Amino acid sequence: MTRESFAALDRRGFLKSAGALVVSFSISAPPMHAQFGNTPIPGSPQNDQVDSWIAVGADGMITAYSGKEELGQGIATAQQQLIAEELCVPFDRVKLLYCDTAMTPDQAYTSGSQSHPANFNHSNLALACATAREALLHKAAERLALPAEQLVIADGVIRARTDTSKRVSYAELVGGSRLHLALDPNAKRKPPREWTVLGKAVGRVDMAAMVTGEFEYVHNVRLPGMLHGRVVRPPSVGATVASVDESSVSTMPGVVKVVVRRNFVGVVAQKPWQAMQAAERLKVTWTPGPGLPKQSTFYDHLRSLPSRDALLVDSKDTSQVLAQSATVLRARYDHPYQMHGSVGSSCAVADVQGGKATLYSPTQGVWYQKTTGAMILGLKPQDVHVIFRRGAGCYGLNGADTVSYDALILSQAVEKPVKVQLSRKDEMAWENYGNAWTIDERAALDAAGNIVAWEHEAWTASLGNRPGPMTPGNVITGMLVGYSPAAFEPGPARDPRSYNNGSNGIPSYVAGRVAGVEGGTGTVKSEKVLVHTVQSPFWTGPLRSPARLQNTFAHESFMDELAARVKADPVEYRLRHLRNPRVVGVLKAAAKAANWETRPSPVGGRPKTGVVTGRGVACVAYEGDNGYTGIVVEVAVNQDDGRVAVKRMWVAIDAGPISNPDGLRNQAEGGALQGMSRALGEEVTWDDEKITSIDWRTYHSLPLGFELPRIECVLVDQPDERATGAGETSITVVAAALANAIFDAAGIRLRQVPFTVERVRQALQARV
Amino acid sequence: MSAITFQVNGRSHTLDLDPTTPLLYVLSDDLGLRGPKFGCGLGQCGACTAIVNGTALRSCITAVSAVAGKEITTLEGLGTPEKPHPIQKAFIEEQAAQCGFCLNGVILTAKALLDRKPHPTDAEIQGALSNVLCRCFTHTRMHRAIQRAAREVAR
Ligand code: FES
Ligand code: FES
Repeated sequence: MTRESFAALDRRGFLKSAGALVVSFSISAPPMHAQFGNTPIPGSPQNDQVDSWIAVGADGMITAYSGKEELGQGIATAQQQLIAEELCVPFDRVKLLYCDTAMTPDQAYTSGSQSHPANFNHSNLALACATAREALLHKAAERLALPAEQLVIADGVIRARTDTSKRVSYAELVGGSRLHLALDPNAKRKPPREWTVLGKAVGRVDMAAMVTGEFEYVHNVRLPGMLHGRVVRPPSVGATVASVDESSVSTMPGVVKVVVRRNFVGVVAQKPWQAMQAAERLKVTWTPGPGLPKQSTFYDHLRSLPSRDALLVDSKDTSQVLAQSATVLRARYDHPYQMHGSVGSSCAVADVQGGKATLYSPTQGVWYQKTTGAMILGLKPQDVHVIFRRGAGCYGLNGADTVSYDALILSQAVEKPVKVQLSRKDEMAWENYGNAWTIDERAALDAAGNIVAWEHEAWTASLGNRPGPMTPGNVITGMLVGYSPAAFEPGPARDPRSYNNGSNGIPSYVAGRVAGVEGGTGTVKSEKVLVHTVQSPFWTGPLRSPARLQNTFAHESFMDELAARVKADPVEYRLRHLRNPRVVGVLKAAAKAANWETRPSPVGGRPKTGVVTGRGVACVAYEGDNGYTGIVVEVAVNQDDGRVAVKRMWVAIDAGPISNPDGLRNQAEGGALQGMSRALGEEVTWDDEKITSIDWRTYHSLPLGFELPRIECVLVDQPDERATGAGETSITVVAAALANAIFDAAGIRLRQVPFTVERVRQALQARV
Repeated sequence: MSAITFQVNGRSHTLDLDPTTPLLYVLSDDLGLRGPKFGCGLGQCGACTAIVNGTALRSCITAVSAVAGKEITTLEGLGTPEKPHPIQKAFIEEQAAQCGFCLNGVILTAKALLDRKPHPTDAEIQGALSNVLCRCFTHTRMHRAIQRAAREVAR
């Protein structure tokens, strides 16, 4: 079956084409009331039914349906391994379909390092496969008139352990029929120690197609009669349409229509180049926006705004302990807005005709595109079919959702299929940036140099987000056509009710005592974490390791400052305040790989000119318990010109049982380098009315051609633990480890990301 | 509009085109090729790279009129999943991609380099890739793949 026809086929069609009749299992499992992590959209396949996840074809092929999509992170290959493993079939007998609202379950978004924990633990896809395997075994036992204990399964065939002639295949048992079975919470999973397909470095299923140009990205989707659209975004933040002069483009070749809906303006043409030129040429008169706060004083500005406050932990004694301690350290850390900056600007293809819509979208949440797309179009959700097609790597909420709305609106206006790809500038000026942060850390030390109190107070700016089920106004296009982002309401903090470190606001070194339970990973009992959210002038949304990265930059830099203050070794000082074995494990593993020399930072006694080297460390329990990583970074700082070269990185990562070591390594390496690019150069910039970082000259990403650090990954396998997140772990610790290494090398402390050559040079000059 | 003739992956095409159209849109839209991609449209990222008469060019800023009579190679012109080009094979062996969107520019830039310099130094590889972006940061694997391809091709 071709790629295209798979997409067009619904579940019923699949079963029909696979032949055979519908047979129900005689056994029945109790209905499952487990939590699936999200409330599925009505009409989506039921998450507690095996049929929603897998189908056995008459030819023995397993088709699996997942709500977690391949974005480039390798999860499709890992899921295929999981299915093959649990069902005891060869890897290539599994066909995985994901994120198509006509057939796959609603698993909310593919984001936040949630795919591995969601589908590889005792729920969802993994549990569906285990349930099916046990049911098939049971069915075979009946058919062969043998007890199940005497049967073995291999290659999709169940046979008697002793008599190979007694055998029956999955296809013979149920091929082409529905399984009619609820997920069984008691179904036994294959223990990681017995894995033969999972745990192996299986190559990416899409690799050959990608390197040969065969792979179909959303940018390559072509529908019959498809036209090309381009949007015309406001020239400044908050500008509104005063008038549009359609005659300015009406005689241009190929122009089909100018589309205006409130503040949304777009052009549809026969060909992409015609659409681009028309969008460029179209005369729109805009009423200017309210203007922007000054970038040079922006972090102070954030601290002055009305805020919505949240307390993550509060032992209520920190001010007292801080006031009484002889040694108190305070430091402030600033982190800018950063971009997803996908290599390919976002693209979508929509076909809206006769009250029905089909959308090919790179969105991370097809079901929410369905509901919000329906709102934008004035259709019912059941009339909107959303099919995921991969875009360029997104790292979170890039322009995928907004361009999907663009395509829907333009297609509806011309009643023809329309493809829209954003210009580089439209992508960069209007995406939902990773939030800006400004953070205060305060700690008190006792006479022995140990931390006795830790306060973390942070301000972050937020506006919009991923579109949820009913919030198209969370991204620019939704707002341009009249929807609003969730209203911002300032308000005081309430006492926390349970321990939740999903944002890594709570440092690893405190006890994390909430409601009488210590949920944290550290020892410090006097603790307070207070977060102020203020309104952002720019759109914001999750960017790989949102909040976790910025908070960890502050925590792990500050921990280094504390260690330096008491002249302790940075690894030893961390270990002194940690009590979680998995954080300790990755920290030690990274230090060991790096051959860490135990001594305080900075090195000291070095010349103040020329190149000096140093090493820095950082670690984190990602989201408190969803993946663990430790890193050691070695840098060379040129004290004459301020250039920082990263020489080596050692990354230790613990994501539970390793599903695919090469996939995990690829994620860890990519995260480490992306973290380095973000720490050294990336920053969204603006003037008094608009964003000015709008291309790759003004937004600074490290290109492929630079002197690469050598990266060594240590994969810490945990066969007895739950599967955790992986994709966002290594990136979380890089900025802090880099700052710490620069401090170790040159004795300068960088507290503002990015560590540009200019900032390093200034710090070197200010050094006494 | 004017009739423009050029070769793409060994096949001759004559198309009636606005001669100012950047080559990228002709390849990806008129010819429906999946290899060349729009990344920035500004000549800054490499996603649109095509090899024109042996040189890696940014097709997003190259008017189609400039390639009249020339020989163009795109990613699909190198090899197929069944029979990949040695460079493509090296990328598969090193598993050198995440989303893969940048691969077109990376592989074709490397191909043009290796054709010119079969034994590039690390610095030469870096130099060739200095304006190519991979935002998934699959850098280390891609460098390894290019080095591996150089070894294979040299054999
Ligand atoms: S798309 Fe041509 S260089 Fe970026
Ligand atoms: S692999 Fe995604 S941009 Fe390079």
